[in-house]
Amino acid sequence: MAHEFKDISPNAATGAKVTNWFENRFPTAFDAYRVHMSEYYAPKNFNFWYVFGSLALLVLVIQIVTGIFLVMHYKPDAAKAFESVEYIMRDVPWGWLIRYIHSTGASAFFVVVYLHMFRGLLYGSYRKPRELVWIFGCAIFLALMAEAFMGYLLPWGQMSYWGAQVIVNLFAAIPFIGPDLALLIRGDYVVGDATLNRFFAFHVIAVPLVLLGLVVAHLLALHDVGSNNPDGIEIKGPNAPKDEKGRPLDGVAFHPYYTVHDILAVCVFLFLFSAVVFFAPEFGGYFLEYNNFIPADPLKTPSHIAPVWYFTPFYSMLRAITTEMMYVLIACVALGAGYGVFKSRLPAIVKGAIVVVAAVAIALMLSIDAKFWGVVVMGGAVIILFALPWLDHSPVRSIRYRPEWHKYVYAVFVIDFIVLGFLGVKPPSPVYERISQVGTLFYFGFFLLMPWWSRLGTPKPVPDRVTFKPH
Amino acid sequence: MSDTPVDSSKRTWIITSACAGAVGGVATAVPFVSTFQPSEKAKAAGAAVEVDISALKSGEKLTVEWRGKPVWIIKRSPEQVAGLPALDAQLADPKSERKPAELTPEYARNEHRSIKPEIMVAVGICTHLGCSPVDKLQPGPQPSLPDDWKGGFLCPCHGSTFDIAGRVFKNKPAPDNLEVPPHKYLSETKLLIGEDKA
Repeated sequence: MAHEFKDISPNAATGAKVTNWFENRFPTAFDAYRVHMSEYYAPKNFNFWYVFGSLALLVLVIQIVTGIFLVMHYKPDAAKAFESVEYIMRDVPWGWLIRYIHSTGASAFFVVVYLHMFRGLLYGSYRKPRELVWIFGCAIFLALMAEAFMGYLLPWGQMSYWGAQVIVNLFAAIPFIGPDLALLIRGDYVVGDATLNRFFAFHVIAVPLVLLGLVVAHLLALHDVGSNNPDGIEIKGPNAPKDEKGRPLDGVAFHPYYTVHDILAVCVFLFLFSAVVFFAPEFGGYFLEYNNFIPADPLKTPSHIAPVWYFTPFYSMLRAITTEMMYVLIACVALGAGYGVFKSRLPAIVKGAIVVVAAVAIALMLSIDAKFWGVVVMGGAVIILFALPWLDHSPVRSIRYRPEWHKYVYAVFVIDFIVLGFLGVKPPSPVYERISQVGTLFYFGFFLLMPWWSRLGTPKPVPDRVTFKPH
Repeated sequence: MSDTPVDSSKRTWIITSACAGAVGGVATAVPFVSTFQPSEKAKAAGAAVEVDISALKSGEKLTVEWRGKPVWIIKRSPEQVAGLPALDAQLADPKSERKPAELTPEYARNEHRSIKPEIMVAVGICTHLGCSPVDKLQPGPQPSLPDDWKGGFLCPCHGSTFDIAGRVFKNKPAPDNLEVPPHKYLSETKLLIGEDKA
C-alpha cells in the first residue's frame, strides 16, 4: 500500500512537524498503532479474567530482561554452573534480586497462562472463527513448557539433574527409535556437560525466538478476528450494532480504555509478585525445590524427586499409567469402538475402519510397556488441548448461557486438575495412585466426551447485545 | 482462480526445483542434527575403570563412576546368595532372560547374576526412568517396602524394588533387572569395569 506524502504547514507546532516527518517515512508504524491500539475495538464488557493475556506478555518481558542479565554471569559448564548461580546469589551486586525475579517469573508465567487458558475455556474463546488464536496459544504453552524444563537444568542442582534424567529417559521409552533419540537429546550416555550446554542454547535463544514468533502470531490472529467476551457474542459480526463509521457500538478502543484497565492489573500483579520475590522466593519449596540447593551428583538420586508445581498435573498422569491401568484403558478403547459400531449410524466402511484401528490399538497396548503409554498419556494431555475448538459442540459459546450443570462439570474439571497437581508433588503411594488414575480418566473423559455432553441440556437465551453496566 | 491454461512445462520445472531445494535443505540439516550426537570425546570417555576390592567386607557396597553412571560392587554374604532362589516367584525376570544382550552378559546369566557368587557388579540406574535406587540392604519391615523384605534396593522416584542381585520385583514400574556392566577380574582383588574381553 503506497502512502501519499503529506505536506504540513510551515507554521505547525514542532511536535506535529516531527510526527509528520516520521509518518511520511515510516507509515507502517503509524498504521500498526491504529490497527492494534487506538482503533482496535475490544468488547466493552471485559471482566477481570481478561487481564491475564497482558500479564503474560509482561511476564515474558520480565523473563527476557532478567534472563539477559543472568546470562552475563552464569556459566553453562557442568563443573561451574552450580557455583556460578551461587556467585550470582552472593557476590554479584543485586544478583540475588535478578535471579529471584527470574525464578519467580517462571512460576508466575504458568499462573497467568493457566488462568488465561481457563478464561478461554469459560467463555468459548476458541470457537469459530478463533480456532487459530487458540492453536497458537496452545503452541505457546508447549514452547513455555520446553523453556521451563530446559531452564530448570541450568542451576545444575540435584533436582535439575535428576529431573532432566527422568524426562529425557521418557523419550527412551518410545519403541525402536527411543534409546537413540534420548542419546541425541543428551549428547552423551548420561545427562552431562553436553546436555547442559545444549539446553542452555535452547533456553536462552532457540525457544525464546519461537515463543516470540508465536506470541506475534497469537496477537495478529486475535486482532484479525477480534476478541471474544464474557457473553460470547460477536460485536463485529454483520448483524452487530455499529455507528455511522462502522465502529462496533459494543466495543471500545484498546487504547486508552484497556491499556488503563491493564495497568491496574499490572499494579496488582507486581504487588503480589514483589511480595513473593522479597518474602518467599522459594515459596515453601514449590518455586525453588530444596534439593536443588545441593549440587548435581550423578551417583546419588535424592530420596524424593518431583517436578516443579506447574508440571505436576501432567506428571501425575504419567505415573497413573501402570500395567493395571492399561487394562482399564484397553476396556475404554474397546467400549468406544463398540459404541461406534453398534450404536452409531456410520457407513459400514467407517465401522470396519473403527474395528481395525481399535484392534491394532489394543494389540499395541498389550505388547508395548506401560512406561511408553505413560509418556503417550502425558503428551496427549497437552496435545488434546489443540483439538478443543472441534470437541466443543455446545450451541452457545459462553458458560453464562450454558445449562446450569455445565458449570459443575467445569468445576469438577478444575478440582481434578488441582488434585492431579497435588498428587504430582507427593511421593507415590497405592491410594494416591488410584486417585490419580481416576483423575486421569476424568481429564480425558472431559475432553473426549465433550462432543457428546456439550450438546446436552437447554442453553439459556443469548442476548443480542453484550451485558454491560456503565459505572 | 485465473482462466489462463496451466503451463505444464513451467509447472514441471517448479516441481523439479522445489524437489531439488528440498533435497538441498535436508542435506544441509544433516550436519546440524549430527552435532547433537555424542562427541568423539564423550565416546572416548567410556574407558574401563579399574577397582581394587581387597578392602571390601561382606555386606558392604562400593560405588564407582563408569561412563558417568554409578556402578555398584556389593559383597554379599553366603546366606544372602543362598537365599536368592527363594525370591524367584516374586520377581519379574528371575532368570535374566529379558534383553540379555543389553542387561546381562553371558557370564552373569545365573541365579546370582555375577562371575563370583558373592561379588555383585551392577549399574545403579533404575531401568524405569534412570534414577539411582537407594540401598535397603537391611532385611525386615520398613517404610515403602514389604514386611518380608530380604534386603535389596528401592528406587525413590517411582517405587521400583530390586533384590540383592539387582533383579526387579513384579508389578513395579521398572520393566527390567539392573544392568550388569561388562567386567572381568584382573586378579583376585582387582576388577576391571567396562571391558570383558581377554
